[in-house]
Amino acid sequence: MSSVNRATVTQSLSVSFTVGLYGTAFGAAGVAAGFSILQTCLLSLLTFSGASQFAVVGVIGAGGSAISGIATASLLGIRNGLYGLRMAPILNIRGLRRVVAAQITIDESTGVAIGQEDLGPDAMKHGFWLTGFGVYFFWNLFTLAGALGAQAMGNPSAWGLDAAVPAAFLGLVWPRLHGNFERALAITAVILALSLTPFVAAGIPIIATALLAVAFGWKVRR
Amino acid sequence: MTTIWIAVIGTSFIAFGLKYLGHSVPEKYLKNERMLRINTLIPIVLLSALVGVQTVAEKSKLVIDQRLAGVVVACIALALKAPYFVVVISAALTSAAIYNFN
Repeated sequence: MSSVNRATVTQSLSVSFTVGLYGTAFGAAGVAAGFSILQTCLLSLLTFSGASQFAVVGVIGAGGSAISGIATASLLGIRNGLYGLRMAPILNIRGLRRVVAAQITIDESTGVAIGQEDLGPDAMKHGFWLTGFGVYFFWNLFTLAGALGAQAMGNPSAWGLDAAVPAAFLGLVWPRLHGNFERALAITAVILALSLTPFVAAGIPIIATALLAVAFGWKVRR
Repeated sequence: MTTIWIAVIGTSFIAFGLKYLGHSVPEKYLKNERMLRINTLIPIVLLSALVGVQTVAEKSKLVIDQRLAGVVVACIALALKAPYFVVVISAALTSAAIYNFN
């Protein structure tokens, strides 16, 4: 591997830590929903997709069936598959490494990867792996802390994490919004997702915007 | 097996399956110009939509609260070319200040 760009490392660590801290909220939510500490931690270790994890503990905690919990969580997991589509040609790996890469293919690792595009494909790979492992480490660590009763840390709003996480993602997409075309696309995506939010199941508003990528990418741009 | 165990195992199994599926699409389908263009745009739209949803959605409702203020401050920081951690921290401080002193 070529040497790792310092900006890539900083960004990977910032994202990993910020999102990882949110794990305390998940740990607390899991236990509050009636999951044991072990079950809560297993979700972070095995499912490893924050939105899906919050969804399943939310549904089960509210008295829903296992099937509806799994279905809701899975709708939110579809976008990770779409990220895999983007990351696979960049990573270009097989076998066990592909299994590991798949497990850490989430919003954060993909976001940091595309945030490094101006620095070249090596920086994208570094960003993906560093962030994937970084989030895995901190997310699981803080899930355990939250599940063990770090109640003081359990409210993400009290320390601004509720805005820090979207701001972190915004900072990753920002360098990709250099032209009017990309800006128009991003704004349309936000409008579409928010207009759908009151009417369809969680997860669908975001993956529906993939259709915009198809529509906007169909024809060659000037 | 209890409901919770079924949910934990089922969710994890499908979550991994979805992730792995994306990585397993044969490269020949992704190589043509059109797919390359679309594939490059997909994470941009998904992450933009994610930012929108995380900023103003609360379950299935749209809510304007401290999060939006934080993200607006992050936009300003980005427009001023602030370093990445400044963007994140300025959003956190803004949101926490409004939340705690409201």
